[in-house]
Amino acid sequence: MNWQTYFIEFSYLLASILFILGLKGLSHPETAKRGMHMAEFGMLMAIIGTLMHFEIVSYTWIIVGLLAGGLLGSAMGVWVPMTAMPQRTALSHAFGAFAAALVGIAEYYSYTHGFKPLADLGHVKMGAMGFEIMLGSLTTTGSLIAFGKLQGIVPGKPLVYRGQNIFNMTLLAVTIGLFIYLIFVPTAVIPFYVMLGLAFVFGVLLVLPIGSADMPVVMSLLNSYAGLASAATGFVLGNNVLIIAGTLDGFSGFILSILMCRAMNRSITNVLFGAFGSAATAVVGEGAQGEMREVSIDDIAVQLAYANKVVFVPGYGLATAQAQHAVRELASVLENRGVTVKYGIHPVAGRMPGHMNVLLAEANVPYSQLYELEQINPEFPTTDVAMVIGANDVVNPDARDNPSSPIAGMPILEVDHAKSVVVLKRGQGKGFSGLENPLFFKPVTGMLYGDAKDTLTKLVSAVQHV
Amino acid sequence: MTLGAMLFSLLLLEGSEVVTSTNIIAALYVFALAAFLGYQVISRVPPLLHTPLMSATNAISGISLVGSIVIAGGTGPHHSKVAMALGFIAVVCSTTNVVGGFVITDRMLRMFKRKK
Repeated sequence: MNWQTYFIEFSYLLASILFILGLKGLSHPETAKRGMHMAEFGMLMAIIGTLMHFEIVSYTWIIVGLLAGGLLGSAMGVWVPMTAMPQRTALSHAFGAFAAALVGIAEYYSYTHGFKPLADLGHVKMGAMGFEIMLGSLTTTGSLIAFGKLQGIVPGKPLVYRGQNIFNMTLLAVTIGLFIYLIFVPTAVIPFYVMLGLAFVFGVLLVLPIGSADMPVVMSLLNSYAGLASAATGFVLGNNVLIIAGTLDGFSGFILSILMCRAMNRSITNVLFGAFGSAATAVVGEGAQGEMREVSIDDIAVQLAYANKVVFVPGYGLATAQAQHAVRELASVLENRGVTVKYGIHPVAGRMPGHMNVLLAEANVPYSQLYELEQINPEFPTTDVAMVIGANDVVNPDARDNPSSPIAGMPILEVDHAKSVVVLKRGQGKGFSGLENPLFFKPVTGMLYGDAKDTLTKLVSAVQHV
Repeated sequence: MTLGAMLFSLLLLEGSEVVTSTNIIAALYVFALAAFLGYQVISRVPPLLHTPLMSATNAISGISLVGSIVIAGGTGPHHSKVAMALGFIAVVCSTTNVVGGFVITDRMLRMFKRKK
């Protein structure tokens, strides 16, 4: 080995260590920033190391590419609002996965068109390459559809048709069949491109039938796939830092998907093939009798002003109404009056894991006030006012009380144990899943209709005038 | 400590070269150890930081940039224009992924404060 090779290998080794230490830093908000700086430094080292590669013929396109991507990435990083974080992450998954797929395609092309010795394209290498390309392509289109759904370009409702699961399964089976065939006959160019095309199509069909409420699981899964595609690239190129970084990402996404599924009491297969939110209409009516009680801003302002403890429960509605700053304002006003304010965060509130925490942190809510499900539930009986802002299923008591409910067994925030519940809701319609929510009909519950941001702002001035 | 032991064994395997059929086993070792290590490290991340975690791991997995660079530069005695073009697009995509991911993770983490 010459000195460049040593340098490259050393930079990759350093990057691997720094990536791991960086993720370790994320175990606490205090150490997280330092951890990320380590990971960033590691990435920089890996890039510099790679540029030392003595066989590189021309730097022109590398530099143009780095500059273009750097500009695009920083623009995205700086200007994307926190409420659009799920969309941005989905788009980023698409970019990463597409890059992995392209590397695989370029390698395959080089082998089959005589630029690299065909004899080197063994069964093992073809296996890794096929895996990389298959995962990379389906994650690319899948993430783009997820992006479209989150951005509102593609309808958020699940798109279902008869025989959908059978059709999708067949498509997947054919794709995997071609992949296996390619492992044995790596030179079969036409099956290769057919497999590539089918994988792109499968990504679209995989995400289309999934409702927006299930996005946290889908985001985590796509995160995992994008990582595994990178790891497979590492196998193809014989590069350990790619294997390590890709695997870390792959497992992180996998763990998150399991956590999200557990928080909904559903299996991954059920999320992927259940088309939740379309068939659920069958169970409407049961347990949802009575009138919803509409309350006035002034009444609630008085209740809040004289409360000892208030718990805010945010949901996706908080993000759509951009109401995070308004909540924070209301909380400040209440705290100045000596009220204890806490926030109860359900793991699947919002459209991606941790979505609500980021939004509230943006509005300067200290993270010591953000409580997880298990921590906040025992506190509801001593809570004077629980205020639900744009959340629905995560506070639906049917999940706990009604075994025949489609969401039965899902852990919920038990706001109905609070002395008084206020629900901020856009209108009288049902939530995203189309399920009736008995919470809204309970005697302790008062409804405040309208835009959440607007309502909260009015509440702030009303409390100030109490 | 298990974490340290895993890291150590992972590092021993670092530096093994190009994956051929013979040393695919070494690559599988790296994969398996990284998986265990990842599980250990990531299960300690609190739900509070799950969004930054996802964008951070996403940025880190943009390391496939390293592979894209080598292809875009036309590495090797023979190289094809098609592969270089694909490599170029891959460099743009993965750089966007890396830079965007890290910038936004930093931005998010700066917002998390214990007290006002």
